[in-house]
Amino acid sequence: MGKNPKVIELEEVVVKFAGDSGDGMQFTGSQFSDTSAYIGNDLSTFPDYPSEIRAPGGTVAGVSGFQVHIGHKEVHSPGDQADVLVAMNPAALKANMKWIKSGATVIIDIDNFDSKNYKKAGYIEDPLEDGSLEGFNVVKAPITELTRSTVKEFGFDTKTADKTKNQFVAGLLYWLFNRDIKIGENYLKQKFKKKPEMVEANIRVLREGYHYAETIEAMATTFMVNPARKKKGLFRNITGNQATAWGLIAASERSGRPLFLGSYPITPASEILQELSNRKHLGVKTFQAEDEIAGICSAIGASYAGHLAATTTSGPGLALKGESIGLAVMTELPLVVVDVQRGGPSTGLPTKTEQSDLMQALYGRSGESPVVVMAASTPADCFDYAYMACKIAIEHMTPVILLTDGYLANGSELWHIPDVNDMPEIKVPYVRDNDPDYYPYHRDPARLARSWAMPGQEGLRHKVGGLEKEDVTGEVSHDPLNHQIMVELRNAKVEKVADFIPDQQIIGADRGDLLVIGWGGTYGPLLTAVEELREEGKKISLAQFNYIRPLPKNTPELLKGFKKRIVCEQNLGQFANYLTMRHPRFEYLRYNKIQGLPFMISELKSKFNEILEEK
Amino acid sequence: MSEEHIETGELTKLDFKVPNPVKWCAGCGGHAVLNTVQAALPETGVKKENIVFVSGIGCSSRFPYYINTYGVHGLHGRAAAIASGIKVANPNLSVWVVTGDGDLMAIGGNHFIHILRRNINVNILLFNNKIYGLTKGQYSPTTPIGSVTKTSPEGTIENPFMPGELAMGAQGTFFARVVDTEPKMMKEVFIKAAEHRGTSTVEVLQNCVIFANQVHNEITGKEVRDDHQIYLKHGESMIYGKERNKGIVLEKGRLKSVTIGENGCTLDDILVHNVSDPDDTIHYMLSRMSLPDLPVAMGVIRAYESRVYESMLTEQVEHARANTKIKTVNDLLRSGNTFQVD
Repeated sequence: MGKNPKVIELEEVVVKFAGDSGDGMQFTGSQFSDTSAYIGNDLSTFPDYPSEIRAPGGTVAGVSGFQVHIGHKEVHSPGDQADVLVAMNPAALKANMKWIKSGATVIIDIDNFDSKNYKKAGYIEDPLEDGSLEGFNVVKAPITELTRSTVKEFGFDTKTADKTKNQFVAGLLYWLFNRDIKIGENYLKQKFKKKPEMVEANIRVLREGYHYAETIEAMATTFMVNPARKKKGLFRNITGNQATAWGLIAASERSGRPLFLGSYPITPASEILQELSNRKHLGVKTFQAEDEIAGICSAIGASYAGHLAATTTSGPGLALKGESIGLAVMTELPLVVVDVQRGGPSTGLPTKTEQSDLMQALYGRSGESPVVVMAASTPADCFDYAYMACKIAIEHMTPVILLTDGYLANGSELWHIPDVNDMPEIKVPYVRDNDPDYYPYHRDPARLARSWAMPGQEGLRHKVGGLEKEDVTGEVSHDPLNHQIMVELRNAKVEKVADFIPDQQIIGADRGDLLVIGWGGTYGPLLTAVEELREEGKKISLAQFNYIRPLPKNTPELLKGFKKRIVCEQNLGQFANYLTMRHPRFEYLRYNKIQGLPFMISELKSKFNEILEEK
Repeated sequence: MSEEHIETGELTKLDFKVPNPVKWCAGCGGHAVLNTVQAALPETGVKKENIVFVSGIGCSSRFPYYINTYGVHGLHGRAAAIASGIKVANPNLSVWVVTGDGDLMAIGGNHFIHILRRNINVNILLFNNKIYGLTKGQYSPTTPIGSVTKTSPEGTIENPFMPGELAMGAQGTFFARVVDTEPKMMKEVFIKAAEHRGTSTVEVLQNCVIFANQVHNEITGKEVRDDHQIYLKHGESMIYGKERNKGIVLEKGRLKSVTIGENGCTLDDILVHNVSDPDDTIHYMLSRMSLPDLPVAMGVIRAYESRVYESMLTEQVEHARANTKIKTVNDLLRSGNTFQVD
């Protein structure tokens, strides 16, 4: 052991890893997150990467980032600004200068800071010399050079050797945060299970980074983030897409209906299809269709055949599925449509987050085409809402659109692993064979849902289809009055779901000066901003909606308790408009951000303070 | 569903009839196809509870309402995709798609080629009347070039698809052609389509009495049919004609019609039909035969048994189930990296 560093205990820390798309920053970020989870920190992560697989090296456009927020205290968002930045090249530094705290530790790979590279990043002067890093603790580490010499004996080509550089960074951070390096080594052993040589090389580099940190003066202070206070039990780090996939499987197991996923790959939803493709051992069938339409149509077919059927997509895919969702509305079959929202319209910002598909989810179809619309609000609760989406779809015989977003999908958090047997029961509206009273459109009065007879069952042969059906019998009908009855029934069926969902919760007092209203994936930053202001004594509360259509029944009651209401969302005000339509007697202020990035806590707090100070 | 009765004994054609009126035009070729399907189904040995008819949009796509089985009347062009989901979910079902030339070859073209490529065991009945009927007379992807229709007043300027070409091009394992005026031929072929493991496509040359009446007359007309059609049968020589003296030979890489006994041509020169040849070259050529030089091929042109999607998927699922320690979702949630925090 070299020097004897000073250890500072911290409540929370934000680390940002940034480099070229191929620098392994996502990998190192995940490794650091898992290690933090292992020692019991609360955490929230957010990867931020370009839509190109390998954008031109060294350019700002090609910077791939991974932010992780760990805490001894509870952590609800990936954090506004970083305490530690790892910048593998000048472009990574440039892209992140405004996202780091003053006085932050900035670790750079000095080997990439030559004039060619800083010019490529758009710097005119050398950023290490132009004074822009004044006040920061800059660690100039020869990462590339030391990594190459460490793995020399393996005889790798330069490209392969450089792939291990991220472990040098990891080593630095294990030292900086007083982490047991064994945890990092085990992570590598698991990740490169089938490539023992890569395990060996990466471990060597990890250790080299650790020892380097030990010896240099610039890292004289180390940090300690102790295990989270409130968290007890069995945990794992989970992303929103993984949680969504698992929620679907859990609902399949509990309902006893096998899971069928018909999907077409699309960013940022593809991981759900990938995850489920790897779950055949739990009986999951995935069908990678030729297009978005075939994805949902195959799911509708599987649903008719008695499977729990789902399709996953993002905004442009949801547009393509619109007509088919209409068929699911008309045939009154259970179907879960997951829309992982991204920046739009059109191809838009495929890898960036946004909440701009709300109106599309609610209304983007021909005719009066009501569906249940829900939204998850954290990476981990994607599990719960995917499960609930399936439960509602099956019990109410309706398509359900579940909205998540790129931030939830790729972000992760520490998840207290539940017991699936504690999840609410799912009652499948079966019909017994040869039931003499069976009619395809006969409804259960509490839910107005029809029952689910499946091909193969004797004496229940029936047709479903897109043509309007006669009430009860399900025969094709063009009768004008019947059409009105059926349109109203389909609508009432969706509204009746409100009788079966929980009341909207409020965080903070149920009366006050300002009610912050959010929905879906903005929960983390909104909660943090509201909690911090409450600690300052402000009369502010938060209502984060997960059930959008229908809204929880106590919504108007809850809106009434505040002098002002502000709807914060990552679009131009779609939920505010919806609330205005549903509950027009209230006035809604708006805070809208459409930059492909999550809210920052600081911007929210300053906006809320501004409103609270207005008299 | 009060008319339901407990089945005893074998099914008959009547078991597949429905009380509802069939709303196709009088004289529509669809009636004959429907009757024949109802007559063929009892011979497939499948219980009617295990049969699902799926359709898209168009005149032919009303079919599921007219037959006493399970059924889905889907979206325009999407029947193949819906049927894929049904069959993959429950491989025990006998799944039929009823579709038209607009539904399958235009808006549904993508799903058609992909169901063939996957070889999902679904039977597709393509009612090819070479016109859009339900929208009242616009040209379709199979309308002959130059045809005057409501949307081609000066004649179409698009090359028509031949469904057989597409089927072979997409690695279809079963392709057959029948005419709506030949119930016996239809029934034989429908049963073969049902028996085939894999996607079966049967092109039915069907007459639209309103918008393309007699469009197939050159093939199906009583006076010409024997000389203008060849009914292909597996293992038999490709012979046709009123006098049964014409045949098909392969000459310089092309199919050619010859008369037996003329120019030294004997029965031995005539090709023998082999539906199960893995190489589809001859099948492709047979599917393309057209007047006036060659007769139009009828019957089963190709029936090659190959891997079937849903069987392979089921095998993968069974294999995965047998080789995992993760038996429940609770196991899954606790697999991999978890952290006990006390």
